[in-house]
Amino acid sequence: MENHLLSLLIWLPIVAGILILGAGDQRRAALARKLALGFSSAVFLLSVPLYTRFDTTTAAMQFGERARWIDAFNIHYALGVDGISMPLILLTTLLTVVVVIAGWTATPKRVAQYMAAFLIMEGLMIGVFASLDAVLFYLFWEAMLIPMFLIIGIWGGPNRIYATIKFFLYTLLGSLLMLVALLYLYHASGGSFSILDYHRLPLALAPQVLIFLAFFAAFAVKVPMFPVHTWLPDAHVEAPTGGSVILAAVMLKMGGYGFLRFSLPVTPDASHQLAWLMITLSLIAVVYIALVALAQRDMKKLIAYSSISHMGFVTLGLFIFNPRGVEGAMVQMISHGFISGALFLCVGVLYDRLHSRMIADYGGLAAPMPVFAAFMVLFALANAGLPGTSGFVGEFLVILGAFQVNAWFAVAAALTLIFGAAYTLWMVKRVIYGAVISERVAALPDVNGREMLFLGVLAALVLWVGVWPNPLLEVMHATIDNLLEHTAASKLP
Amino acid sequence: MNLASLRVTAALPEIFIALAACAILLLGVTGKPGKPNHRAALACPLAIAALLVTALLAGLNFPAGGGAVAAFNNLFIGDALAGLLKISMCLLCAAAFLYGRRYNRDRGLLTCEYYVLGLFSVAGMMVVASASHLLTLYLGLELMSLCLYAMVACHRDSRLASEAAMKYFVLGALASSILLYGMSLLYGLTGSLELPVIRAALFAEAADPDDAALALAVVFVVVALAFKLGAVPFHMWVPDVYHGAPTSTTAFLSAAPKVAAFAIVLRLLAGGLGDLAGIWQSMLVILAVLSVAAGNIIAIAQHNLKRMLAYSAVSHMGFFLFGIAAGSAQGYSASLFYVLVYAVMSLGAFGAVLCLARGDAECDRLDDLQGLSRRSPRTAFLILILMLSMAGIPPTAGFFAKLSVIQALVGAGLVWVAVVAVLLAVVGAFYYLRIIKLMYFDDPADASPATPPAGDPPAHLLLAFNALIIIAILPWIGALISLCNAVIAGAV
Repeated sequence: MENHLLSLLIWLPIVAGILILGAGDQRRAALARKLALGFSSAVFLLSVPLYTRFDTTTAAMQFGERARWIDAFNIHYALGVDGISMPLILLTTLLTVVVVIAGWTATPKRVAQYMAAFLIMEGLMIGVFASLDAVLFYLFWEAMLIPMFLIIGIWGGPNRIYATIKFFLYTLLGSLLMLVALLYLYHASGGSFSILDYHRLPLALAPQVLIFLAFFAAFAVKVPMFPVHTWLPDAHVEAPTGGSVILAAVMLKMGGYGFLRFSLPVTPDASHQLAWLMITLSLIAVVYIALVALAQRDMKKLIAYSSISHMGFVTLGLFIFNPRGVEGAMVQMISHGFISGALFLCVGVLYDRLHSRMIADYGGLAAPMPVFAAFMVLFALANAGLPGTSGFVGEFLVILGAFQVNAWFAVAAALTLIFGAAYTLWMVKRVIYGAVISERVAALPDVNGREMLFLGVLAALVLWVGVWPNPLLEVMHATIDNLLEHTAASKLP
Repeated sequence: MNLASLRVTAALPEIFIALAACAILLLGVTGKPGKPNHRAALACPLAIAALLVTALLAGLNFPAGGGAVAAFNNLFIGDALAGLLKISMCLLCAAAFLYGRRYNRDRGLLTCEYYVLGLFSVAGMMVVASASHLLTLYLGLELMSLCLYAMVACHRDSRLASEAAMKYFVLGALASSILLYGMSLLYGLTGSLELPVIRAALFAEAADPDDAALALAVVFVVVALAFKLGAVPFHMWVPDVYHGAPTSTTAFLSAAPKVAAFAIVLRLLAGGLGDLAGIWQSMLVILAVLSVAAGNIIAIAQHNLKRMLAYSAVSHMGFFLFGIAAGSAQGYSASLFYVLVYAVMSLGAFGAVLCLARGDAECDRLDDLQGLSRRSPRTAFLILILMLSMAGIPPTAGFFAKLSVIQALVGAGLVWVAVVAVLLAVVGAFYYLRIIKLMYFDDPADASPATPPAGDPPAHLLLAFNALIIIAILPWIGALISLCNAVIAGAV
């Protein structure tokens, strides 16, 4: 059990998803909901030992598992976590519970399939974070697209088909280029698919640059970085609330995780060589996309653009190659998982009541929905990077790290604190404050216990990481130091 | 020379299946003229049984220890590769018969004769799989093809089917004559029809790749094979034949003959002309790139499911050629694995079309799939798996098939070809996704309540098995790939 914890975390939700798919149809929706809640909570509880039994003093892989799988290609079923992947797995298991609760009544059709899709997604996402074999990683990485494709396509908004096919093809294109790079590494390493072997593999600069670009195609699309971000606003807007939450909170993190697990350690020289490109694209995302967010009239679209802008901080932090930057990027990923997830849930709460996401349809919500207004304001402030919330910690660390490299990077990045405050607070002002805009808004009921539960949990986490980020920072410390040491050394033969 | 030296037992499966075909043919003539022959209904189960027994015989004939048995004065070779190919051909054809049983019955297609033709065609494929001589190769190929032409034409009242059969026959005959021409040049250059002797002769002469006659011979052979495979620009017959033929024949046509095509390509190019890889490798790369590109792009414009799957077949054949073009044992093994996986997927896809057909109505327009997930969720889910596998999305076997081919390309130093291949695979993913979109995201066109497709429990069961095996094989997929490696290592 102890030795197979990661396998259990991957396969339990997948098996549960298949079970729910088989057991539930429309008539047994209640059963499907309860099963989904039970299984996702069980997976979350099972994932807690990953944190409590985690050895923070070592950068080595922990909870490892290894079995032979495809001998002909030397592919192994190899799993393990370190300080980078472990927090992301916990984020995944936690948010899946939140999504299941949030989708309790919001999905009128095909409840069993909806719940099953999210559980299967959960298993696949954990698989991505835990894989130590490149093919296994790739398997989970792409398989994840299938449930998301169906989630957006079946339960999404009016323009869902365009959005979901765009989402699928965009990510598939990036992934397949990565596959070619992985196969190149397989041959270059003399027949190994072990990711850790790739970390030690010496490579000349030219192949490094090409491999870096192939990885970039896969990860930049996922993050998403400017200019390949255009799938995200479409996908986010059309996806059902749960889909948006998982997309923003977990799937975007896979891009950042990919950079940390593949690009930096496998192609360190190319990473240094092309850092200017990454930093430029990150700063464009941070500043330009923030301005784009300012112009949005749809709340979901605004949060989607805000996500791209915040993920720009992550890639900026990664490619300035110092501990503050990378740790800031990691904290930013986790914190963005909480905040963007919470904001999408807030929009979902409103959408369930009024079936509109347009800012113009709301106004003066503070009067009919005071508790909701409090939550929304808290998350909006966290999104704007208010000190004391988790949003501040990550952005502050990244800006601090950027200062050490080049003050102008820091200035440009800090601009977004202003823009971020502008677009979020302006949205809050229009939605929450002011005069009550219509009778329908005046009649809205405040959050119920279920909604209070998931918003409360996320609010507590946002504040906890904001006030006392140490428990989060110390688990990733050893891994990130080791990673940077590794990245600083040249791999040129 | 005595009978023992011929080693007739090596051809036992072929002999058995030919006898079984004759027996079923006799069954067809037992009826009285003018009256329906009720015994003809037995033809299908008997043919399936014959195929299963043949598969068993081929399994028993599997050479121990990976050796090879040369029989009939080196006309015929019984090695592990032949064994594997024969078993898979028999099983694929048996499945195709089971899928098409109700379809053929509903349309009153030739009952006994259809299955007799099918069995003879399988016999031809099996001869091809075991050919080590140009003569055997050609005979097997013609036996297979002639039966297929007739199977395409067996829907006599259908103009589409007649047209398709005509095209298939004329182009197939043209390809055969080109192949013969290429073979005669090879004979002239090497003085032998035996593939191992040809290979040795070409090697001994240290064949000069600039030799015009040699290059011409290779060009003729490659063109003929490209015709048979349906690789661009020799693919014109594929969509018409797939579309026009009765769906039961299309299902038959889309699976086992592809495996046979692999056998021809391997025995002829990798076997006989293996040392001329320098000449045919670049030709195959061009054919493969064109096939994947044209197949995938044109498939997007199709409104007919069978036609779309035909173009998809063209693109899959391109992928299959990529593996051969790698020119290494690794590449051949990847191609073998690819073609086996493809045959199973393609059979499943056409099997689904057959399962969805009702009475006289076909279900082959894309719009017929609209909202299928409401009408018959199980079939829709199975088609979903098949489509994802065809698109090469993990965790399906189709992904591993693409992985091994791309891996072989990268291993052979053709990294840029691999990049082109994956870019085109993205284009291909679009039309498979469109099927999923039609089934899952669209509402049914008619508001009629759920009508389950006409009952044919064995075929539906087979479809479920066929689709689920594509995912369920995953833990053991390594063993399958190793098996492919082993049989190729024994054959090349």
